[in-house]
Amino acid sequence: MKKLDINQEALELMQKHAEATYPNECVGFFYGKEDDTIRFIEQAVEVPNSKEGDQRRRFEVHPKDYMKAERYALENDTTLLGVYHSHPEHPAIPSEHDLKVAQPFFSYIIVSVKGGKSVRVRSWQLNETNVFEEEIIG
Amino acid sequence: MAKIIIPTPLRKFTQNQASFEGNGSTVGATIENLTETYPDIKQHLLDENGKLRNFVRVYIGDEDIKALQNEATEVKDDSVISIVPAIAGGSL
Ligand SMILES: [Zn+2]
Repeated sequence: MKKLDINQEALELMQKHAEATYPNECVGFFYGKEDDTIRFIEQAVEVPNSKEGDQRRRFEVHPKDYMKAERYALENDTTLLGVYHSHPEHPAIPSEHDLKVAQPFFSYIIVSVKGGKSVRVRSWQLNETNVFEEEIIG
Repeated sequence: MAKIIIPTPLRKFTQNQASFEGNGSTVGATIENLTETYPDIKQHLLDENGKLRNFVRVYIGDEDIKALQNEATEVKDDSVISIVPAIAGGSL
């Protein structure tokens, strides 16, 4: 797994978004570039959680918002590197449900929120055998 | 030749191509042309019965093919087909 280098502004945006939507889950995309060893996350963008009903344990991105994100990357000569979401009152570890839907290549950043405060940020990526491996942030 | 937009996470199976010009008169045939050209992408798009996987949505322009005729939806030369992976999850 590559290391993740997250721009401070992008990191703060994800943490603040996770706190603002608490006790519901938030979701967003992030963009940047990568070389052989490091993924540089340069920009994070909030996306509406389109999950109908209870959003405390679930998030969903509308397909049209996904297409918009891909278009944005092409137009701005950047790469859609992954998805962030929050785990209110749960650790920053992917759930079974997260695993079932996960795509290859993408980094999945999870922000754990306790009592409305962001307490931990971790990132995960599927390996060749479709198991989540942690990507070290820093 | 309709154009298929390949989502970023699946581009490693298309030699980093962001789009593919495919032959076929329907969405299903055009996607089949894609999976024949790049066999490694197939397991990410189709299930064992050759149907689109649950976690994959396909759009023509701005319309979900589920609201049209699904894989049988006809395509024109200037059609743009988007493959959209489901982005979803949760904490439990
Ligand atoms: Zn989750």
